[in-house]
Amino acid sequence: MSRASVSLAILAAILVALPFLLGNYALSVATLILYFAYTGQAWNVMMGFAGQLSLGHAVYVGVGAYAAGSLFFHYGIGPWAGVLLAMALCVALGLIIGFLAFRFRISGVYFALLTIAFAEFTRIGFDHLDWTGGPGGMFLRVAQRDTWDLANFRGPPLMYYYAMLALAAGAFALCAWLLRSRAGYYWQAIREDEEAAQALGINTFRWKLLAVAISAAMTAVAGVFFAFYYNNLFPEQIFHISRSIEIILGPVIGGVGTLFGPVLGATVLTLLSDGITEALAAVGWEIPGIKQVFYGVVLLAVVMFLPNGIWPALARRLRL
Amino acid sequence: MSLLDVRSVSKHFRGLRAVHEVSFDVAEGGIQGLIGPNGAGKTTTFNMIAGVYAPDTGEILFAGRAIHRLRPDEICAAGIGRTFQIVKPFAGLSVLDNVMVGAFLRERHAANARAAAAKILERLGLGAKRDLPASSLTLPDRKRLEVARALATRPKLLLLDEVMAGLRPTECDQMVAVFRELNRADGTTILLIEHVMRAVMALARQIAVLHHGALIARGTPEQVVRDPAVLECYLGEETEV
Repeated sequence: MSRASVSLAILAAILVALPFLLGNYALSVATLILYFAYTGQAWNVMMGFAGQLSLGHAVYVGVGAYAAGSLFFHYGIGPWAGVLLAMALCVALGLIIGFLAFRFRISGVYFALLTIAFAEFTRIGFDHLDWTGGPGGMFLRVAQRDTWDLANFRGPPLMYYYAMLALAAGAFALCAWLLRSRAGYYWQAIREDEEAAQALGINTFRWKLLAVAISAAMTAVAGVFFAFYYNNLFPEQIFHISRSIEIILGPVIGGVGTLFGPVLGATVLTLLSDGITEALAAVGWEIPGIKQVFYGVVLLAVVMFLPNGIWPALARRLRL
Repeated sequence: MSLLDVRSVSKHFRGLRAVHEVSFDVAEGGIQGLIGPNGAGKTTTFNMIAGVYAPDTGEILFAGRAIHRLRPDEICAAGIGRTFQIVKPFAGLSVLDNVMVGAFLRERHAANARAAAAKILERLGLGAKRDLPASSLTLPDRKRLEVARALATRPKLLLLDEVMAGLRPTECDQMVAVFRELNRADGTTILLIEHVMRAVMALARQIAVLHHGALIARGTPEQVVRDPAVLECYLGEETEV
């Protein structure tokens, strides 16, 4: 086995054993890290692989969460059916955005603006949709949480941790496979030079749409998890642009277009942000916005000193 | 029989008449040169064949099929491979991966595409550099990479846009040998735009000359260099014949 696969096996073993070493609070932080590793991986398919910058990925989290949440709230239908609906809706939405952009040659920052616009007016739409509770939000019934009720995805924090671990590992494997397949090569060619890619027989319109569809479907699953983990959904929060930014920070810090970037970035950012919250609480400082300032400083430092993200530099050091 | 048939195509950019009523054909298995001074409309003609621009008037037939309304990717799939005058490597990918992207057109599986790409790199003398990032290549190697990538799509017709420019004479001769071999062994038809007359004279069996967007002469290299119209348009320019 290569150094890389041995390291991967060790990491997997640690992640599986982790809950037995952690308390409840630490477990919730670990779950959050995996959540951002997963959503970062999903976003990376579009931006990192195919070069299409989305600044509105919160729209897929939100639509996915509301789709599965509504089924459960109104009809008592569990998330297994809900996740299918969520994925279908998000793929459809992604294809609409992608079709409009790629058909009318909207690219680069203008494409990014279009993704923000869709997230924003979806938020406003949900604010006026009484069926999902409007701006007042939607609350899923919280049952007793000692036993694992997999059918309704209700259970102790441990269940959510393992579910998120399975999702993050699955996304990692999927992305690793995609990168080595024809799709991965075509996406990277499109990212590097779209005109040259087209001259090599690549229908760039279709392959870009495929990247959007896969990314949207993956993110929709994160939305379903979000709904059943937090049990309350507000358009103001779930569709907010800061949520979209949160999703992209992990891969940007870790390394856009790499497999480990999103994982590493999510870990570093979540631990640092939690660490500083704790540290500030310990010394009794309560300065509003200090966490955001901290985020900004880390982001600046990484962009200045490691413009390709932490992972490429680290991988060289570790000779992976 | 002609593989490519360009029939009185024209292209205007706003007021500029880039190409006007140009007709020529390329015989199957032939090597055709397309020459002319700067701004003669060579690259515009190329881009119409490759599907980057649709001609304003006229039509282009490839193996008897009209292709002038197709997209670049459809034209590549139909069997026309092209290089870019200003090279366009996928800078972030390795040399091998660059060529694999082309090979995937005919090979769905990565292992097969990799094998096909490796073979082409050997042929173009880039075998030793296959794992380097494309961004690290020198200009002559980047030109070779352009050719390798286009060849990986297994074209029946190869469009070469100034692939010899910037090469030293010995490098140029190597390229000429590669194209001759390709034409002889694989039967690949070649249409090349070239400023380096040394290469055109060595390769082309037929030459078409463009000037101010119009075709002013056609024939064998010997006929073309004696043509008064050609001599006139090149007068004062340095031509290394």
